[in-house]
Amino acid sequence: MAEETKVAERTKMLDIYIMGKHYRVPEGLTIMTALEYCGYRLIRGVGCRAGFCGACGTVYNFKSDPQLRYGLACQTTVEQDMYLTQIPFFPAAKPSYDLEKLEPTGEQVLEIYPDLIKCFGCNTCTKVCPQELEVMWFMSDALRGDIREVANKSFDCIMCGLCAARCPQGLVPYNIALLCRRLYGRYLSPKSEHLEKRIKEIEEGKFDAELKKLKKMSEDELSRLYQEREIESAK
Amino acid sequence: MPYPAYMQESIRKVEATRERRLSEEFPRIPLGERQALLEAFHPDYIKEGMRELLVGPNKGERMPNEMADLVEGNSRIEPNKIDLSQIDFDVDVLVIGCGGAGASAALLAQENGAKVLIATKLRLGDANTVGAQAGTQAADRPNDSPVLHYLDVMGGGHFTNDPDLVEALVKDAPQVIQWLEDLGVNWDKEPDGTMHELSGGGACRRRLHSARDYTGLEEMRVLRDEIRNRGIEHLEFQPAVELIMDDEGKVAGAILVNLETNELTIVRAKAVVLATGGMGRLHIQGFPTTNHYGATADGIVLAYRAGAKLVHMDTMQYHPTGAAYPLQILGLLVTEKVRTLGAQLVNAEGEQFVMPLQPRDIVASAIIRECRKQGNGVKTPTGQVGVWLDSPMIDLLRGEGTIARELPAMVRQFGRFDIDITKEPMLVYPTLHYQNGGVKIDPHGATSVPGLFAAGEVEGGVHGRNRLIGNSTLDILVFGRRAGEAAARYAKEVKLGLLTLDHVLQWQKALQEAGIADKRPISPKLLPDYARQPFDYLPDYTKMILSPGQIKVA
Repeated sequence: MAEETKVAERTKMLDIYIMGKHYRVPEGLTIMTALEYCGYRLIRGVGCRAGFCGACGTVYNFKSDPQLRYGLACQTTVEQDMYLTQIPFFPAAKPSYDLEKLEPTGEQVLEIYPDLIKCFGCNTCTKVCPQELEVMWFMSDALRGDIREVANKSFDCIMCGLCAARCPQGLVPYNIALLCRRLYGRYLSPKSEHLEKRIKEIEEGKFDAELKKLKKMSEDELSRLYQEREIESAK
Repeated sequence: MPYPAYMQESIRKVEATRERRLSEEFPRIPLGERQALLEAFHPDYIKEGMRELLVGPNKGERMPNEMADLVEGNSRIEPNKIDLSQIDFDVDVLVIGCGGAGASAALLAQENGAKVLIATKLRLGDANTVGAQAGTQAADRPNDSPVLHYLDVMGGGHFTNDPDLVEALVKDAPQVIQWLEDLGVNWDKEPDGTMHELSGGGACRRRLHSARDYTGLEEMRVLRDEIRNRGIEHLEFQPAVELIMDDEGKVAGAILVNLETNELTIVRAKAVVLATGGMGRLHIQGFPTTNHYGATADGIVLAYRAGAKLVHMDTMQYHPTGAAYPLQILGLLVTEKVRTLGAQLVNAEGEQFVMPLQPRDIVASAIIRECRKQGNGVKTPTGQVGVWLDSPMIDLLRGEGTIARELPAMVRQFGRFDIDITKEPMLVYPTLHYQNGGVKIDPHGATSVPGLFAAGEVEGGVHGRNRLIGNSTLDILVFGRRAGEAAARYAKEVKLGLLTLDHVLQWQKALQEAGIADKRPISPKLLPDYARQPFDYLPDYTKMILSPGQIKVA
């Protein structure tokens, strides 16, 4: 059993409901560890357990308050009288494209995701986002063809799919944002001359002789070089 | 969970010394004193934590008990019951696992003309890659060079690394940064295009390429999307439970299991790339972990049973800074980027005790020493001990707003539990993070078994006995690409013989002969067992029966 659940056994107990069934769990668990504490072995709806992978987007409400809330099961602490369920990750519209053949323009984004124009600005996507991103606003940036701004506003997207699950128009903001970020990275972000130069130097074999020498060195020699190397300031 | 009052008292001491510490640099631990520190405090040196293997290619070598049990585990299948003539998929290259290494391998194998199938235990891209925050190392600035990168990697690994693998790592690095950008990865840059690069523990130059503190996520999002764009076939929730070989000793495919229905799938493949990642979910020595749910060392088990040699399996990486408070995020990774931006590690009295930018095993050992020996840690209400990572000083050093801009994930993760890391420090303690060793490979990802390639955390030798920050995301890309390309080339030449599971029969025989078959669990483990078990009320006769796919742990 996970360390965290063992420790928690000594603490205050809470009443929760999993798919309607009553359980008592120690205070301080997340929705995910509470499910496990109650005996559920998870296969779906679990991933990095640290808020990065987007596998565990979920909905919950309370015994006396049916309004649905949204969150990541691994990042949301259970509270008294919480009603829990698991929703598996489901597929969403994802047209295939060849990035090499695209133009970094708003027209291009609309050609791949023509339904984008159906967004009527209800802002449901923004309200459900567990990363608290301004989803509706980057959808409007996408409509205006401001790819850079879509990339910026959507950057912290973990692609949990909750926005697409709730969009009344069936749009998939997380995939539209991914297209925009790829267009930005590939075509619009300024090129790094120092990177291109270094790749060329490596291809020309500029460092080969020195690397060959180091590879043959005794540990003593190598460790001397290591200790003597000048360390650049971290700032 | 804001900090309780007694912890806030310690925070006030941290605040009181902050101004003075801004200009205070703690000395590095000299190379000559590193070994003594490790031996006294690093978990790898706790003798009872490891044991020798009794069977297989690494017989007589030590590894953590939890790992050794699985490596010496019993197969999940009865070979005599499986009809290998019923082939479900017949491909050139089978990629097992799909984090950054598997995805890179699949893309390169496909580019090199191979018909590719990916099999993953969870979803495409559910892997430790997405949790990598700080960055990817590549020596591309004018004052840097692959030679300096090489020195850092070797020194960080205590000169135990395989020099050929390190050479491949540092020479390919700039090229993979470019490859990812061509695929649409958004690197942090200055307006003129210069990469925004930070320093890291054990690195002598600033060479961490980042995407805010979502670097691995950004890399994985793009690689996964590209797999979908190219229509590469993939099976999710369908991990491998055994490799298939041919009658000439070559790896020739794998048996997959559907995690939900226990149905088996037989894949014949001319080459197999193992990219199954690490082992954090084995909770070596009871440590919490930063790793994702599927990190149960499955690839090590499969490869070993097929006869592949392992290296450096007696060394695990404990990331110096795992969250120690609050309980909900115990063990969660607090990225090293917090330290590269200038945050110091301080004890309960608000004093520094280690130079924070040294190799990870050194810093982790120093934290353990400070808590266990010096007694200068802070204890949480649930008994966890830790030291402070003084994040608020970052904004003082680099200007207001730096933390919010550079560490959005960290601000968000702690903010969810009412801790504002721009104003309050984080309580941290080492957490199980990475498998330094793994399946032995050559610079093209080939293992000691023909037809079997490996890439990413499952392989070993690249990092020696200790990996540096930013070299794991680099490793998965460099060796994922290399293994994918090499596997595709190999698949073009090879002629497979008759498929067999004879190696599994031989393996079970070896366990019997060593007298350990009934003492070892079934492996690969596939998933951790976190679900609380009801008390054992089953009659004994039911325990003879194993479910068909044997997902149940014996």
